[in-house]
Amino acid sequence: MKIIVCIKQVPDTNEVRINPETGTLMREGVPSIMNPDDKAALEAALRIKDASGARVIGLSMGPRQAEDVLREALAMGADECYLLTDRAFGGADTWATSSTLAAAIKQIGCDLVLTGRQAIDGDTAQVGPGIAEHLGMPNLSYAEDIRIDGSDVIVRQQYDDSIYTVRAAMPALVTVLSELNEPRYMTPGGIFDAYREKELTVWGRDDIEIEDENIGLKGSPTRVAKSFPKSVKAPGMTINEGADESVQFIVDKLKEKYIL
Amino acid sequence: MDFTLSKEQQMARQLFRDFAVKEVEPLAREIDEEHRFPDETVEKMHKYGFMGIPFSKEYGGQGCDTLTYVLAVEELSRVCGTTGVIVSAHTSLAAGAIDSKGTAEQKEKYLRALNTDKLGAFALTEPDAGTDAGSQRTTAVSDGDEYVLNGSKIFITNAGPADIYVVFAMTDASQGTRGISAFIVEKGRPGFDFGLAEKKMGIHGSSTRELIFTDCRIPRENLLGREGKGFGLAMGTLDGGRIGIAAQAVGIAQGALDKTIAYVKERKQFGRAISKFQNTQFQLANMATEIESARYLTYLAAEKKDTGERYSYEAAMAKLKASRTANYVSSLAVQLHGGYGYIQDYDVERMMRDAKITEIYEGTSEVMQMVISGSLLG
Repeated sequence: MKIIVCIKQVPDTNEVRINPETGTLMREGVPSIMNPDDKAALEAALRIKDASGARVIGLSMGPRQAEDVLREALAMGADECYLLTDRAFGGADTWATSSTLAAAIKQIGCDLVLTGRQAIDGDTAQVGPGIAEHLGMPNLSYAEDIRIDGSDVIVRQQYDDSIYTVRAAMPALVTVLSELNEPRYMTPGGIFDAYREKELTVWGRDDIEIEDENIGLKGSPTRVAKSFPKSVKAPGMTINEGADESVQFIVDKLKEKYIL
Repeated sequence: MDFTLSKEQQMARQLFRDFAVKEVEPLAREIDEEHRFPDETVEKMHKYGFMGIPFSKEYGGQGCDTLTYVLAVEELSRVCGTTGVIVSAHTSLAAGAIDSKGTAEQKEKYLRALNTDKLGAFALTEPDAGTDAGSQRTTAVSDGDEYVLNGSKIFITNAGPADIYVVFAMTDASQGTRGISAFIVEKGRPGFDFGLAEKKMGIHGSSTRELIFTDCRIPRENLLGREGKGFGLAMGTLDGGRIGIAAQAVGIAQGALDKTIAYVKERKQFGRAISKFQNTQFQLANMATEIESARYLTYLAAEKKDTGERYSYEAAMAKLKASRTANYVSSLAVQLHGGYGYIQDYDVERMMRDAKITEIYEGTSEVMQMVISGSLLG
């Protein structure tokens, strides 16, 4: 069984500040990390490997330095990794990103694709399902539990108001929530192996069979009209009174603001 | 000269730092207050390979180098000196001795266990054999296929929780230090008991106990190295141990500086943060400079060990410098915290208590001076 895990290198958003004048992210000096949902997806794949044997392959598209998160994946236990890096891939929106990753997945071949639900720097949650569409695979989103049953995958999906348990024939794609598991630590020896023994393949534009109109900035229909930081809301209030007093308090407040 | 850590070492340091902050720091104050050995941390460290960092994969080790091991002890000690010494005594001393002189069978049986799920300890010190380690009173008498051990050891780090002990004893008292031999002794062997746990000034979470041997019979195959060669093994192993203790001291010092930097930015006196006062700034500069010089001496000793060069001179200097630095820095850290530094709610008080032992165990500062001057004078 071959499992491909899609992994994105993202800025640690706990450390990111917004430039108040330009409204853009200030990335200088911000450490890069493995996207947390993707790390949960990798852990899920490694648990399948531990339980029943599987070859776990990490895949990322990004600048050359994205190699760092793939080395981390290798150190955690992935068997090999692919990095798609080329200026031609740059500026990709979720369409171009999912098209490019799908093309690479098709070439590598696998039974199961795991992705994080969404990346903490973009929050679109579109790339995973996009890959499934491009590959014509069943897409099972928001997994909080994954089991393999013969040639099927059984996933418990977490929605806002309900839980679905669904079964799909593989090959399939599952998007994973960071709540799914607690990812393991790397080991020191795993880190040394990741740099010295395990394989990390770097693919450029010419290594992937895909049309120009589906990659990079040119292949991206999304246009950003404007980006701006969210304004800061005033802190709320907690009223610890009985129901009648609390309702009266709210009504008074609404009247005070001429809403009622 | 290149002082840059390799990519592997940088990533390993980040791993140790993450682990220390998430798994070790939350327990540091509690195990100090309760004098409790952190079994759960040791179990996790075994699981993630922290207990066999510099040893060959052939015996279940991680196949890394001494410098990576130093980074682990440093980062763990930065938040908890106790955890640092548990790893150091286990790795440098117990596993280090077996790695250096064990037979293939001994390594397969004991080094593999130490690397993967058993804790080790190293028993040299006796009531009358501290710095004068050659004056061993514990005896090992050959009897058929066995040796019979009698005597006691004191101040043994990891004693109690440890499963595997490297124990030194006189096999031929008439030969002096050339009559000392080393043995591998497992916990639970009849005639092997523990005395009371010591009540220490610092590193409260680490277990320090007496070992008592009463007609304890151990198989001949547990002789470590050749008979009569134990003293050399002990001294060589302690050279390696000093690098681990130097790393522990650097970590304690760095941890105290970390806490102090955070504190002086918060603490206001005379209407401004005390970090705005030049006295504070100069003290921080002195602390950081001392730490950095201790750190590079420690890394130098580790690198010498890795390249197979003689390193006892550098290891002694690293330990002398780093242990002084840990005491200097942690004491200044308490001073800069003022009254708050003296109470247990602030970690620098614990760090100052933990720092002191680094000038004493695995060779006092005075022994380090003997080693260094011995090398200078020939």
